[in-house]
Amino acid sequence: MTTTTQAPPVTVPTRQAGSRRRVRPARLVLHAFLICVAVGWLVPLLLAVYASLRPYAETAARGYFSLPHKLSFDYYVDAWQRGGQPRYFINTLLIAVPSVLLTLFFASFVAFLISRRRIRFGKFLLIAFTAGNLLPQQVLATPLYVMYSKIPLPWWMSWPSELLYDSYWGVIAIHVAFQTGFCVFVLTNYMDTVPQELVEASIVDGAGVWRQYWHVILPLVRPALGALGTLEFAWIYNDFFWAVILMSTGDKFPVTSALNNLRSVYFTDYNLLAAGSILVALPTLLVFFILQRQFISGLTLGSTKG
Amino acid sequence: MTITARPPAPRTTPRRRRVIRFTPRDIAVIGLLLGIPVVLDVALIWGPTLASVALSFTSWNGVTDIKPVGLDNYHNIVSNYPPFWPAVRHNLVWLLFLGVVATPLGLFFAVLLDKQIRFSRFYQTAIYLPVVLSLAVIGFIAQLLYSRDYGAVNAALGRTDNPIDWIGDPSINLWSVLVLVGWRHVGYVMLLYLAGLKAVDPSLKEAAAIDGANEAQTFFRVVFPALRPVNILILVITVIEALRAFDVVYAINRGRNGLELLSVLITDNIVGEASRIGFGSAIAVILLLISLIFIVTYLLQVFREDRA
Repeated sequence: MTTTTQAPPVTVPTRQAGSRRRVRPARLVLHAFLICVAVGWLVPLLLAVYASLRPYAETAARGYFSLPHKLSFDYYVDAWQRGGQPRYFINTLLIAVPSVLLTLFFASFVAFLISRRRIRFGKFLLIAFTAGNLLPQQVLATPLYVMYSKIPLPWWMSWPSELLYDSYWGVIAIHVAFQTGFCVFVLTNYMDTVPQELVEASIVDGAGVWRQYWHVILPLVRPALGALGTLEFAWIYNDFFWAVILMSTGDKFPVTSALNNLRSVYFTDYNLLAAGSILVALPTLLVFFILQRQFISGLTLGSTKG
Repeated sequence: MTITARPPAPRTTPRRRRVIRFTPRDIAVIGLLLGIPVVLDVALIWGPTLASVALSFTSWNGVTDIKPVGLDNYHNIVSNYPPFWPAVRHNLVWLLFLGVVATPLGLFFAVLLDKQIRFSRFYQTAIYLPVVLSLAVIGFIAQLLYSRDYGAVNAALGRTDNPIDWIGDPSINLWSVLVLVGWRHVGYVMLLYLAGLKAVDPSLKEAAAIDGANEAQTFFRVVFPALRPVNILILVITVIEALRAFDVVYAINRGRNGLELLSVLITDNIVGEASRIGFGSAIAVILLLISLIFIVTYLLQVFREDRA
């Protein structure tokens, strides 16, 4: 996002006379090194994929580092059917989709007020939100747990506990509260680059706060929202902690937290676990490959203000 | 927060004009849409944080009455709660490992990949692929790699006859886990530094080259200082990640037997059968204080630069 607003780079004649700056052997060494690193970085994942395709008996007899005799997708079918993963994926969606949408909605509105309407105490709000996002989750876990288990909800909102505890509402609420902090910070920085005149012009035209936000600002920050949305989805999807702390019904767990279910008390089939892990990782990997640009700019949006 | 060395002047907006008033309808909209996130932030983040501080001076099991006990919890944690000091040590080792090994490695890769080289995209993708994985999944991959009898690491080292128990041996399992945690952290750091390096004004480097600086000098004297905002951000991310660490060890063995961390101790004391909420809160407050040091430093930096 920084690139778009940047002035065209001044073309200084860089090739100085006679300096063959890049010597080829050095390049080759660099490539060799980088290939080793890249392959090394992929090995753990590839091994997990490999293991997940092989029967346990075979890897138990020959180890994970052996040539395959039988390759199959049995474990994926197993994890999918016996492990009941479709349900957990749906649970995750039930948590992640509302969380991301609400987070982006509230955060963009707050950022708009702070950045483009310069409300009083805006700076204070910004600091409070940002700092809240940086706290370790465990610091607030205890009172949150106690509070959640004392707030009743009607049965149609939270079954069977009839409490905020063990309900999606509670998990969504904490995700929104937590992630809003990060998004407010990023979006405030982003909106600082939107010309103030646009907002002022719409004020002169008699637009209310809502119109200024929805029709003027929001369309302009869409790239940032896309990037943050991708990133937030991955983060909330990957979250393990809140569901473990704030939920108790195993069937209602999101998929990342439910991964533990594939492990039995007496015997753990690591190949099954690998298949389950890869199934869990698959959506984030897909999102990552399809929306790589958004994902990366989401990560770096906070670090380099545009 | 802006990368300091960037050519275009920041688009400064004209000084605020406080003539624009809000209509009643505006105030209703603001009340609702600012109100909800603020209430959530106060009720679910800052309220519980303060409550943790208050509860840390009490003894409470969640059922009976809350009993004030002064500093007893803190005293007990420090003097007769055996897992506490190992957990502190593990958190520190975690922090040092990420800070001294993983972060510089990420910077190193970023510098290598920032050069105009072919296949850069492929290298980058491979290195930051682990970033999209959840730490829980990484925990499970760890078991696969490090399993004593069938694990790939022992097989690769040829230790099948006399296998090393990478996860089960409390004297080495922390390091085994850290290798994988670093595996992910390096990608994250590399990504942030790559973005930072792209934003460094190329004329700075050229000026240094004209002045006769070699590549190393240019990097350490010119480029690295220009990366200050990213450096600060990465420092904070590193510290926060080290203090928050939880998922990996919890997925591996619930954080026992050499993998104790402060976050695990807090969780154990509140969701375990014997829920000792006051005691768990006191550990949480210790964690909070350590984090606050870094959070406050960071925010001071960021918002002071913003003013300038």
